[in-house]
Amino acid sequence: MARIAGIDLPNEKRIEAALTYIFGIGFSSSRRILATAGVDPTTRVKNLTEEEAARLRNEIESNYRVEGALHTEIGMNIKRLMDIGCYRGIRHRRGLPTRGQRTHTNARTRKGPRRSSGTVKKKPQAGKR
Amino acid sequence: MARSVKKGPYMDQKLAKKIEDLNRLRDKKVVRTWARRSMIVPDFVGHTIAIHNGNKFIPIYITENMVGHKLGEFAMTRMFRGHARSDRSSKRR
Repeated sequence: MARIAGIDLPNEKRIEAALTYIFGIGFSSSRRILATAGVDPTTRVKNLTEEEAARLRNEIESNYRVEGALHTEIGMNIKRLMDIGCYRGIRHRRGLPTRGQRTHTNARTRKGPRRSSGTVKKKPQAGKR
Repeated sequence: MARSVKKGPYMDQKLAKKIEDLNRLRDKKVVRTWARRSMIVPDFVGHTIAIHNGNKFIPIYITENMVGHKLGEFAMTRMFRGHARSDRSSKRR
């Protein structure tokens, strides 16, 4: 079991896929890392030699921002927007979409589960009379 | 789509000139402007700019962090005071 970038231990998969378990590495950056480190993307993680693993670890640590560092960077960017009081920052503070999507309906990812306020709609049949 | 790099940042010429004059005089005055679409450039830092929001001018103190944003991002144009409370008594009938 290889341990790269802190807490991540992928398993029986090919490394090209296993590397994407690290936050901040997707498929294309995974392929790029393997190319620069000179590791065959199709080898399984269990078949990685110690030396190959070390090269990958080195490549990721020196050239990529992953996991915790990436999380803090994202958090800082959002915090900056909120601190300067621009439109996007205010949308973040309110927990609403920041890129101009409609909020009349949908936007549930940002707004969370529906909160019904007071009146619950009656069924059509019961509504008559 | 993002603006072409070739063109450089968009700046309202009148506003840029006013700020430049203030910088030359080492003066700090509130500058009123309607140019919400104008980019904030490093020259603006430290000035207070009153940005029109369609109704009135919102004074905004420009800081280092705001460079690269547009003026309009800092003066909200909409007013939202919340939804009307639903009337509890009208629910029963």
